[in-house]
Amino acid sequence: MSPVLHRYSPFTFVAALLLAVAVALPARAQVQIDITQGVVEPLPIAVTDFFGETPDEVQTGAEIASVIAANLQRSGLFRPIDKNSFIQSAAALQNGPNFPEWRIINAQALVTGSVQRQPDGRYRVEFRLWDVIAETQMVGLAYFTAPENWRRVSHIVSDAIYKRITGEEGYFDTRIVYISETGPANARVKRLAIMDQDGANHRFLTDGQFLVLTPRFSPTAQEITYLAYYNDRPRVYLFNIDTGRQEVLGDFPGMTFAPRFSPDGNRVIMSLATGGNTEIYTMDLRTRETRRLTNSPGIDTAPSFSPDGQRITFESDRGGTQQIYVMNADGSGVQRISFGQGRYASPVWSPRGDLIAFTKLLGGRFYIGVMRPDGTGERILADAFHVEGPTWAPNGRVLMYFSETPSGPNGETKQSRLYSVDLSGRNVWQVPTPLDGSDPAWSPLIP
Amino acid sequence: MRLKVLSLFAAVLLVSACGTDQSNSVATTGDGAQAGAEAPAPGTKEDFVVNVGDRVFFAYDSFDLSPEARATLDRQAQWLKQYPSIAVTIEGHADERGTREYNLALGERRANSVKNYLVAAGVSADRITTISYGKERPAVLGSNEAAYAQNRRGVTTIN
Repeated sequence: MSPVLHRYSPFTFVAALLLAVAVALPARAQVQIDITQGVVEPLPIAVTDFFGETPDEVQTGAEIASVIAANLQRSGLFRPIDKNSFIQSAAALQNGPNFPEWRIINAQALVTGSVQRQPDGRYRVEFRLWDVIAETQMVGLAYFTAPENWRRVSHIVSDAIYKRITGEEGYFDTRIVYISETGPANARVKRLAIMDQDGANHRFLTDGQFLVLTPRFSPTAQEITYLAYYNDRPRVYLFNIDTGRQEVLGDFPGMTFAPRFSPDGNRVIMSLATGGNTEIYTMDLRTRETRRLTNSPGIDTAPSFSPDGQRITFESDRGGTQQIYVMNADGSGVQRISFGQGRYASPVWSPRGDLIAFTKLLGGRFYIGVMRPDGTGERILADAFHVEGPTWAPNGRVLMYFSETPSGPNGETKQSRLYSVDLSGRNVWQVPTPLDGSDPAWSPLIP
Repeated sequence: MRLKVLSLFAAVLLVSACGTDQSNSVATTGDGAQAGAEAPAPGTKEDFVVNVGDRVFFAYDSFDLSPEARATLDRQAQWLKQYPSIAVTIEGHADERGTREYNLALGERRANSVKNYLVAAGVSADRITTISYGKERPAVLGSNEAAYAQNRRGVTTIN
């Protein structure tokens, strides 16, 4: 596999993406959103078509604006204003906004931009974010990129807007790896698939010849760890997204599953089931050294590191039913943290460290919720016949999970779809996938 | 009791396979093999499925073997001792009303329960491998208790 050094990867363009202008005025911004508040009134924002002169530039400029507006709307923090109400044209905006015309339509923030093809074929994409009330520019940036990367630029611009107005990192320039599903439940074909967080650029990574489950992104490399039933031996694998190469992790005497990377990307934590007992292990990816962290006759699984790598949350039935526990990274200091009604499963530590997301089973229904790492402050964000498997956006403000419908009494196939929800629990969106989907995992911001 | 379970499987599989055809002229086993008027040859996969019973069922979130399950496994052990060259894989399965990772662990527990019983009954451990499918391979479609009861199972398959 060595002579693939120069193989195309969707990320190589990063090197060519040049930051030309960076003007962040520290002026008193009146336009801001405090997302630490529980419920936020969405900010009215006008996202104008990016100006272009050729038909090509005009079309790309409109598409960029539409991806940005869709991102901001899905965040639940912005309310993009209907384009038809805009008074000032994209061309006229090139000489600066006429602020009163934007205040008439109640815009508080305004996004303008342009697309210009360069002599070398690349696009120069420029954007500016304006505070309509204070009549100031909040951000201005320009990017040079290959034309086919216009979507990625749209996400980067969306993140810049989100960050400038909320003060938090964005999460739009990210991808989702998940399990694509099709066919009846007793002969379900499952494939590893990857796409942008908005469902675009979808691509299958495995062909469905063997069962695959629970993929997780590396925080540092273009790698995924997941469970594959390759040759009917369920084991944890490492999968390289760029090369498609996969390798089994470790030589364990039984099924390994429920893998996740450590925050520094150097280790994988997972479960080993053997002889009717499931314990948690870590494996160092460089030395291949393994270490057992739990020792109980129960099922200890679904481990997830805290972002500082110091602690681990996991589920265990050592107390009788599935509950959530935390322990130190060396396996010491085990404490149960879930004490509500029902069973608690698949805990995932937020990248911000402040919350643990979980799946809960109670009274024949499934729930997605969050609690603080000490078990207090439990809040339910979604519930349905079957919701499961939360994963955090890298900024710790949004979760994705999957929801399955019941299969019919006559064997009608169930449907399984991916959804995102913010921490208010009110802002739920279905993530478009070509087939059914489950086990989503959110990537870090693309470097 | 064992025949009752098998005939229930036959009906379910025919319905799901043929839609409206309820004909019982051809019995279909849980393993998907067809058994006609002739009895299956002794020592074959079909013989095992039809005359011994290839699966045991578990209560919700349990890996305990019921008296009925033990009776099935006693027959399996006897049959396996009769055909000592045959190796088996025990599949552990869970119903859909659990989370992914837990059900994988639970399936492993169930497969291991079956294995331990067979070993205690005199079948050599090196003839037995186990695999958990969690909730990934239900035998019966449907989101109802009758389906769940048949999906919480340990299945002994001839390699």
